[in-house]
Amino acid sequence: MADQTVQGFSNVRRTRFWQRGFLASQSAYVLLALVVLIVVMSIASPQFLTGGNVANIVRNFSFIAIATLGMTLVIITGGIDLSVGSTIALTATVTSLTMGGLNAAGFHPFPGSALIISVGAGLLTAAAIGFFNGFAIAKLKLSPFVTTLGTLSIFRGITYTLTQGRGTFPAGPDKELFVTLTSGRLFDIVPMPFVYLLGCAIVMWLVLNHTAWGRYVYAIGGNESAGRLTGVRVDRVKIQVYIICALAAGANGIIISGWLGSAPANLATAYELTIIAAAVIGGANLAGGIGGAAGAIIGCILIEVIRNGLVLARVDPYWQQALVGVIIVAAVLVDRLRSLRSS
Amino acid sequence: MALLELEHVSKDFGAIRALSDVSFSIEPGQVVGLMGDNGAGKSTLVKIISGIYQPTGGQVKFEGQPAHIHSPGEARRLGIETVYQDLALADNLTAAANIFLGRELKYNFGPFRFLRHRAMNARAAELFAELKSETRADDLVRQMSGGQRQAVAIARTRLADAKLILMDEPTAAISVRQVAEVLSLIHRLKDAGIAVILISHRMPDVFAVCERVIVMRRGSKVADKPIADTSPEEVTALITGAREAA
Repeated sequence: MADQTVQGFSNVRRTRFWQRGFLASQSAYVLLALVVLIVVMSIASPQFLTGGNVANIVRNFSFIAIATLGMTLVIITGGIDLSVGSTIALTATVTSLTMGGLNAAGFHPFPGSALIISVGAGLLTAAAIGFFNGFAIAKLKLSPFVTTLGTLSIFRGITYTLTQGRGTFPAGPDKELFVTLTSGRLFDIVPMPFVYLLGCAIVMWLVLNHTAWGRYVYAIGGNESAGRLTGVRVDRVKIQVYIICALAAGANGIIISGWLGSAPANLATAYELTIIAAAVIGGANLAGGIGGAAGAIIGCILIEVIRNGLVLARVDPYWQQALVGVIIVAAVLVDRLRSLRSS
Repeated sequence: MALLELEHVSKDFGAIRALSDVSFSIEPGQVVGLMGDNGAGKSTLVKIISGIYQPTGGQVKFEGQPAHIHSPGEARRLGIETVYQDLALADNLTAAANIFLGRELKYNFGPFRFLRHRAMNARAAELFAELKSETRADDLVRQMSGGQRQAVAIARTRLADAKLILMDEPTAAISVRQVAEVLSLIHRLKDAGIAVILISHRMPDVFAVCERVIVMRRGSKVADKPIADTSPEEVTALITGAREAA
């Protein structure tokens, strides 16, 4: 009887190429919207496509885009990290304080040494924050939202305590190098933050699409218990994801403080919302399982182009926030309509 | 030599005794039905064999050797594969990605290890062909029917040289035609010399493919006999407790 019953599962229709892969993702729709927006802007304002303005846009979105890459990873696993703004501030503060401290102590064995040590201290702080979040979420099974809401407050509080609410300033013999590496331009054209962003994005794309670890990140977001049953070390991957997210935020913090020439204690307050918004606009699904490096960057660019366009159009810049909100809802709505149609 | 032996296995969850003193053995290539009402201990038993739970008492032997199955990975290394009731598939991944989840094929590139997408897709397509399923390796599981999902879950067990496959309610959530499909898959596994433990509520399925049936009630084994020596009526009576034991 075995073979007669087998006609196969014949209700299978090949999905067309535009219904699969990147072309079918929210990221592709948002990219299309972005291109339209750029065309409209460049017609409406002759300043929009000038070299100086483009470089400004690129630098500005790079300030949040590295953190958005990290956030996207967390969102793919089905989590959220609200503490990135505080992580940015604390990392920048620790970096500045370390550099200042080394300068005061006169410790400078070779050029760049103070910079390496202080950036290392900053990133170590970020990694510790990420481990704290990840451990609480993966091992203690606390909700990501509540855990990181708590650490948002904890690490902002520590930043204020360390600085007594005042800004700290990178100082010492390596300060010039620090400023060059964070707010300089590669070949006098490309803003350094964008160079770092590009590097991070390529690595993230490679890891997500071409390594087993990347696949586990998606699997955890898609069906965590399936991951566990098939032998994926879910807790470990989750902790690693939160550490990477915090490191990405910390790297952004160091870059911003280099550009500002200081690390204010209130640096990046409420940035977590912009970063999450950028990730979601770019196609990361808060339910988990969907998202990518390209989408994260597209989301960041879209937010910055709108802000920049509003300024050029002499619209009250306070409208920016409202417009970003509208785009979040619109992006999710378009995705919803599309999935309704295809199912 | 028996493939799998359970000797006086018991499992407590705090004060609750889920399994008490269960012993049985499975021969290589044997298809055994495991039946019982909800809460009879079937799933607990499956989870002990597949490495998710550790027994509180007694021991498990695999191929004559005492086996301490600490994790699903350990079970797989021994040659025990499981098709879970909810199929344990990640909807957002392709069929091939699900089949290879946790044991991806990789190649070395300097210190890095990257996925061999094409090799995995090809192997998955081969498995589907073997199972006579039209499932495509690079389709997302989200877009699949219940029967196709079942095929993916079963194809996963065929990846390694499994000696024993545990199937937890494989026919519970699919259409009649697809049930016939899954039963013929079980026949094919048996022909390939693979032992199967089929956990099912459906009497006709068990009587169609199994050569032996084990009945559980309230955490204890109440019967273990060849299908030829029993009847659906008797098994029903054993499951409900209308008959104490056989």
